[in-house]
Amino acid sequence: MKATVIVTLKPTVLDPQGMTIQRSVASMGLADVTDIRQGKYFDVSLKDGASSEQIEKLAREVLTNPVIEQYRIVWE
Amino acid sequence: MKFGVVIFPGSNCDHDCYYVVESVLKKPVEFIWHQDTSVKGFDAVILPGGFAYGDYLRTGALAKFSPVMAAVRDFAEKGGLVIGICNGFQILCEAGLLPGALMRNVGMKYVCKFLHLRTETTNTPYSNALAKGQLLHIPIGHGDGNYFAETETLSRIESNDQVVFRYADADGQISRDANPNGSLNNIAGIVNERRNVLGMMPHPDRSSESILGSADGRLIFESIVNTLVAK
Repeated sequence: MKATVIVTLKPTVLDPQGMTIQRSVASMGLADVTDIRQGKYFDVSLKDGASSEQIEKLAREVLTNPVIEQYRIVWE
Repeated sequence: MKFGVVIFPGSNCDHDCYYVVESVLKKPVEFIWHQDTSVKGFDAVILPGGFAYGDYLRTGALAKFSPVMAAVRDFAEKGGLVIGICNGFQILCEAGLLPGALMRNVGMKYVCKFLHLRTETTNTPYSNALAKGQLLHIPIGHGDGNYFAETETLSRIESNDQVVFRYADADGQISRDANPNGSLNNIAGIVNERRNVLGMMPHPDRSSESILGSADGRLIFESIVNTLVAK
């Protein structure tokens, strides 16, 4: 079984990396791009029949800092 | 009185901290290995600067799972003195021993320079040798020192007098220009609600002797000594 965990900054948190990228693409002439938020994703392999609790715990307690980040899990 | 300095894989200011306690303060100090499961016998534990576990995932994120951190958490819950400097501050936030988080510097660059800190409170075991408003000349060296907390948390730590140091200019003014990393309210160092855990991004360990450009950082270590002597 495989799942992807996508971690992004909370909408209320300033993302200096995303802002820097956005400014650069604006200067490339991609005027339609109005905002970029950077995040990260993790490809996770699990034993067949693994409980979703384990990946929830991994995402919540390890991959994410709940003060600034949020996550979503996408099963393959 | 015995100080402990934790060594994580990737710590690089462990020897600086050890040196200050041993040679400047002339107090007993021992290293604590990250695999140790006890901090018994220590009166103050220092989490030094560096890049624990390579700062993989997030700064401080993996260090919080090392065996010694369970012991440090227990020690802090019993009122023991814990000080996290730079990477140590990041680890304490990740471990939930201090509120908030340290994000990427707003300017996206690693910043390494001397600057000024304004002492906001002397009511901590780490600032009792200072005067309120006293300016300290202390260096920083970090890429992730941008202090962030949710609005509610921020107003709580402000009203509880938990902000110990703020980035200031040479006249002691708190301004945007004096802020090296985008930290909310120019926050450079905080204590927890119980006031026994301190985290700060600047390096008192690199500024405890005048030959290094400043001995102001020594006052923070001497505050700890004062606290332990009074115990």
